[in-house]
Amino acid sequence: MKPAPFDYLAPTNLEGVLDALASDREVKVLAGGQSLIPVMNLRMGHPEVLVDVSRIEALRGIAVDADGALHVGAGVRQATVLDDVRVRERWPLLTAALSFIGHPQIRSRGTVCGSIAHADSAAELPAAALALGATIVAVSRRGERHICADDFFLAPFTTALDDDELVTEVIFPAAPSGWAFDEFATRRGDFATAGVGVAIDGDADGVRSCRIALFGVAGTAVRCPDAEAALVGTAVDEAAVAAAVATGTAGLHPPDDIHATGAYRVEIAGRLLSTAIATAWERCHD
Amino acid sequence: MTETHVSRPRRVATPPLSEPSAWHEIELEVNGEAIRAQVESRLLLVDFLRHRLGLTGTHVGCEQGSCGACTVLIDGQASRSCLAFAVQLDGASIRTVESLAPAGAPLNDLQRAFHEEHGLQCGFCTPGFLMSLTALEGRDDVDEELVHEHLDGNLCRCTGYQNIKKAACHALLHNTVAVEEAAR
Repeated sequence: MKPAPFDYLAPTNLEGVLDALASDREVKVLAGGQSLIPVMNLRMGHPEVLVDVSRIEALRGIAVDADGALHVGAGVRQATVLDDVRVRERWPLLTAALSFIGHPQIRSRGTVCGSIAHADSAAELPAAALALGATIVAVSRRGERHICADDFFLAPFTTALDDDELVTEVIFPAAPSGWAFDEFATRRGDFATAGVGVAIDGDADGVRSCRIALFGVAGTAVRCPDAEAALVGTAVDEAAVAAAVATGTAGLHPPDDIHATGAYRVEIAGRLLSTAIATAWERCHD
Repeated sequence: MTETHVSRPRRVATPPLSEPSAWHEIELEVNGEAIRAQVESRLLLVDFLRHRLGLTGTHVGCEQGSCGACTVLIDGQASRSCLAFAVQLDGASIRTVESLAPAGAPLNDLQRAFHEEHGLQCGFCTPGFLMSLTALEGRDDVDEELVHEHLDGNLCRCTGYQNIKKAACHALLHNTVAVEEAAR
């Protein structure tokens, strides 16, 4: 199908976007459009106004700051981040997550911030943001707020953003050396049946800190705080992994759908988590 | 009984098409030619190419980004032309399948490989495959894995993919193969 009519604005500065978002019309932000345009083509969404952020030079930056944190602007394409050598060396979890998104033909236009703001429960980047403890920078005419990824994803396609706010950038703090990211999809490029991201900071004495994110198994990408707590302070072995997996998947009850039963998704998530914890722990010592 | 008022109009919206911001003048380059056109906001790139420019080589398949039949190059990168509005491409450079062998010119190496390896049957998906692979031209890091990754984004319901893979590898890796054969 074809999308319903809408008005299109392409401001060249941030103020233009914020003014549009503050209006009382139904405004949607257009960045790469790889999630929004299918929704509009299917007429599942029909915003009155699209405000395109890709003409704003200030949002196209990808930079590492003095604290070693990675800033990815709202106009930055997934392919650009995937090809960035700094990201590959210092945020390999993010690189791995990006490599699972759709196909090169999707990543060439899709953006990192757009995928996070879209908040699909089966998408890779919300989970990567959780696993890496990212901060989402939301700006409106009222000011700027920094939202921790833990507080950002509220429900399917629903985030803590207010109607007048734009995600201007996502900040990924310096990542620990232990990491793993994996997913299972029936066909390459499809949304995952289930997936996992694990970041572990630790040494020979054990795990100092740990973040585990699962996706495809709940209404949003989710962290597993109990499993993380169980791993902290331990030197990871088979028993610790098994315990963490049992704890991490215990509270998950995704509904059955046309693609998989809920129980199957949880089973897949558990298997992936088991391998991911072991892999991330091994990489702590590289 | 509770009244839900599902049929009551929520508000009266101004028809968006009556507003100047629904129409835009764009300038872009298509297959090397400068184009200037008036487009409605909602016009998809693929429909702009087919209906407004008469470039019907690019095919409309699923219109939701799954099938890859509409793949073109946007500023050198393979992209879905059903997942971009023409208005977004003001200033961009587009290449479509028509650019591979312009009128009168012989098929290029990639197209010939598809012909020789029987990499198509009905041909509906072929323009998309060709453009996905054309994005790899000129890259010095092309290997079989990268070729496969680029093929992943296109669906074909006839061939079973084996001959497409053969054609793609033949055309894009032939230098490597020639080197390997020479070494034997």
